Amino acid sequence: MSTAWVSCDSAAVAAGADAVAEAIAAAGITVRRHGSRGMLWLEPLVELETEGGRVGYGNITEAEVGPLLDGALDDTDRCIGAVDDHPWMARQHRVSCARVGVIEPTDLAAYREHGGLAGLLRAIELTPEAVVAEVTASGLRGRGGAGFPAGIKWETVRTASADVKFVCCNADEGDSGTFADRMLIEGDPFTLIEGMAIAALAVGATEGFVYLRSEYPLAITTLRRAIEICYAHGILGESVLGSGRRFDLDVRVGAGAYICGEETSMLESLEGKRGEVRAKPPIPALEGLFGRPTVVNNVLTLSAVPMVLADGGEAYAALGTGRSRGTQVFQLAGNVARGGIVEADFGITLDTLVNDFGGGTASGRPVKAVQVGGPLGAYLPPSQFALPMDYEAFAEAGAMVGHGGIVVWDDTLDAAAMARFAMEFCAKESCGKCTPCRVGSIRGVEVIDRVIAAPDDGVRRTQLTLLEDLCTTMTKGSLCAMGGLTPMPVRSAIEYFPQDFGIPDDTTQGARS
Amino acid sequence: MRQRGPAPAAAPTPADPARAASVRALAEQFTDLRGPLLPILHAVVAAHGHVHDDDIPVIADVLNLSRADVHGVVTFYHDFRRTPPVAHRVSLCRGEACQARGAQTSYTAATDRWSASDDVEVAEVFCLGLCAQGPSGQIDGTLHTALTPERIEALTTGWQA
Repeated sequence: MSTAWVSCDSAAVAAGADAVAEAIAAAGITVRRHGSRGMLWLEPLVELETEGGRVGYGNITEAEVGPLLDGALDDTDRCIGAVDDHPWMARQHRVSCARVGVIEPTDLAAYREHGGLAGLLRAIELTPEAVVAEVTASGLRGRGGAGFPAGIKWETVRTASADVKFVCCNADEGDSGTFADRMLIEGDPFTLIEGMAIAALAVGATEGFVYLRSEYPLAITTLRRAIEICYAHGILGESVLGSGRRFDLDVRVGAGAYICGEETSMLESLEGKRGEVRAKPPIPALEGLFGRPTVVNNVLTLSAVPMVLADGGEAYAALGTGRSRGTQVFQLAGNVARGGIVEADFGITLDTLVNDFGGGTASGRPVKAVQVGGPLGAYLPPSQFALPMDYEAFAEAGAMVGHGGIVVWDDTLDAAAMARFAMEFCAKESCGKCTPCRVGSIRGVEVIDRVIAAPDDGVRRTQLTLLEDLCTTMTKGSLCAMGGLTPMPVRSAIEYFPQDFGIPDDTTQGARS
Repeated sequence: MRQRGPAPAAAPTPADPARAASVRALAEQFTDLRGPLLPILHAVVAAHGHVHDDDIPVIADVLNLSRADVHGVVTFYHDFRRTPPVAHRVSLCRGEACQARGAQTSYTAATDRWSASDDVEVAEVFCLGLCAQGPSGQIDGTLHTALTPERIEALTTGWQA
């Protein structure tokens, strides 16, 4: 063995991977730094190259590097065998994340060897109409949470006329429990760049921006390096891969505002303004950045595009369920035994994700709930775990798939406290433009406090009615999803965990009407 | 990121010509960009540690904006701090995923521990993207996972209370 692989992903680095890598290098072994496989409970994970593939060793500390290299860990449970064959990995269907954790993030030659640039090369041969048609045929929907069909958005931008058009990638992934964008950018940034270049060719855009959050410093560094390499190799710039068509791409760093994950707030922020949401219409596809037609897509949406073009829209559409086509990168987070990235076809159940992949809670206590889709998503109890991951099925159940984040809670969860936290978070991060969100969230905290402290059932019921009215006002009256969806965790908490609010089980009517 | 403690007082010091020249030079580097204000403010914070009230008219002048426009942007974003940084900073995630692993305990312990210190700032952040390994945080800029009150104590050994 002469080569060891140690992840350079933030999740590995934060767990001590740098010191492990240095110790291995000091022993005379070549160390290659790749993205994370997404088996986050095993980080730092060291992979040693052998004839039988890359063999993994989990949770390696600096002090254990000696024994690891001497073979002392080979027959222990610290050795997980060939990582590619590990059941947790082998059961997944990695499409968008196929190269994440496999290659070095900014190794362009390895990117091409593993199928990179095939989609962009094909897009150059096709007409813009045909590229958009492939995306439409794939059934690809926005992975940012709303699930809007990407092909329809692109077609709107393509047919709009303007002096300049833009492609903007919303990489302001601020939802707690989501980290797929970060892992993809840190592990395989060329995929995102390729997806954006394809989008630009398809709609006639010449400039692009990635709006990346400041909380991800390693992702910023990696993406900027990858963009430099793409310019040096003619993938970006005046003639994309010799096509004669220009596309320039720049990274812009956010400044710590959750609301800038909302597309119109992000556009305001890119323009150098306060990140306040815009009323729609006009839609960004017609009047987006600086008033020009703009494609705004999320990291995972754009990262699915190279595969759609390389293999054809029909191949992508063959994956998934119902109107949710393709794969989703689920993120198992919170109190979970085996947390990390699970890419699977839509239609997989919560039970499979939480119990089979996740292995239940990290604390070993029973699972009480999972919050799906970020801070604005619903809390769901195990009785709902048969739900398939499908935009429509979740919406019908009063929940949302969102960005695919799943936060697991054990039985110490206080759902009333978390409902209050949802309102508190909205109050802190509201852009302030519309009253239902700005004021409603503050009133929400106050009402929930009164529910929790209610001296008797009568007071509690009055306050719950008030809370329900407030939730309706926020849902119907807010300008964007921040105020509009904050009631989702609140209502689901009341519906499924009434006892946490002091409501006797047998009198529950649920807050959702 | 959010700072703990009271809002910064109005500019107590007279304008510093050297700083004004530096801020102007920083701002002028970005004027060819589309939407240059956020990159300028990031550069000012990187070079000077914070955005001072006196920086605002300088930047406004370079970009031909009103002072109110620049002030409005500076105060909207958590990253553009208005006071000089202190010696040490503990940023702890309070997102749901970290809370599911006990982040509240660590956050409360850290804020109590350093509440009287002028040298240490405890801040809350919402998500560092380490949601499967929480509670996570940054201690003087370095990312850490699985933070307990004991680990935070160990990682801040020797700091002035």
